[in-house]
Amino acid sequence: MTTIQSLEGEIEIHPDVALVEQVRAGDIAAYDTLVRKYERQIFRIAQHITQNREDAEDVMQDAFLKAYEKLDQFQGNSKFYTWLVRITVNESLMRLRKRRTGKLVSIDEDLETEEGAVPRDIADWAPDPEQNYTQTELGQILEKTIKGLPPGFRVVFELRDVQGLSTEDTAEALGLSIPAVKSRLLRARLQLRERLSRYFKQKKSASEAGRKKSSKAGKVTEA
Amino acid sequence: MTCTEFLAKLDDMIDGNVAAKLREELEQHLKACSHCEVVYNTTRKTIQIYRSNELYELPSSLRDRLHTAIMARCKKGCGCS
Repeated sequence: MTTIQSLEGEIEIHPDVALVEQVRAGDIAAYDTLVRKYERQIFRIAQHITQNREDAEDVMQDAFLKAYEKLDQFQGNSKFYTWLVRITVNESLMRLRKRRTGKLVSIDEDLETEEGAVPRDIADWAPDPEQNYTQTELGQILEKTIKGLPPGFRVVFELRDVQGLSTEDTAEALGLSIPAVKSRLLRARLQLRERLSRYFKQKKSASEAGRKKSSKAGKVTEA
Repeated sequence: MTCTEFLAKLDDMIDGNVAAKLREELEQHLKACSHCEVVYNTTRKTIQIYRSNELYELPSSLRDRLHTAIMARCKKGCGCS
């Protein structure tokens, strides 16, 4: 029996890595914990790429199964979630390729356009503009807005800004360089901002503001 | 500082990745430039709105069904395509 004593003190093991070790030792309940922890995030990534609910459900199932089968290939020095996202992205792209035969789909497709890199609409927004819409309306606006972006932008924004991954982890998960992640993130943010301005900017006329009135509490924000 | 220079540092500023001296310069630009101030504030708001309104939420019944299906397939082992 060996005890490893580190001079630096205790080595911190990420809880996910500990769970992976348990799964490798035959404890399937530990995998259940990992699935529960990440299924919602994985579903969202799949939905962002495939833009199809059924596909996203299938991708989510396939990704978790594939990760389970490939668990021996997971290296403890990389993060489990980053590794899982990479599998999910590949599964999502495969699903898209199946659907759109002949059309190449890649997360790294050429996006070197200057479109959206410079803000044009610089009208200020109403204070708390989301309150002018019901929850359902707001959800529709946000979904419609993000759908207008290229898949590579959507996923970078989701991972970095919504899920809070670091630039390095996002780059690793997507197989992109760090500058590529940074450039996509800036454009994603600016394009979303620009598109949301259509809904959220301060209204100039009372009649216009009145048309957009909220159904809740009759709160209308006026310029 | 020009607006283009500000824009190049917009993400770092939003993410809090700027050294104190640069931050001061960026803040000074913001005070003097209403356009950049609007872009900065509304970009932050954009992120905050997306963060607090989760898209593609799975209803818990569907989530449970998918979860059960995943675990059943995992338990069966490598019988997949």
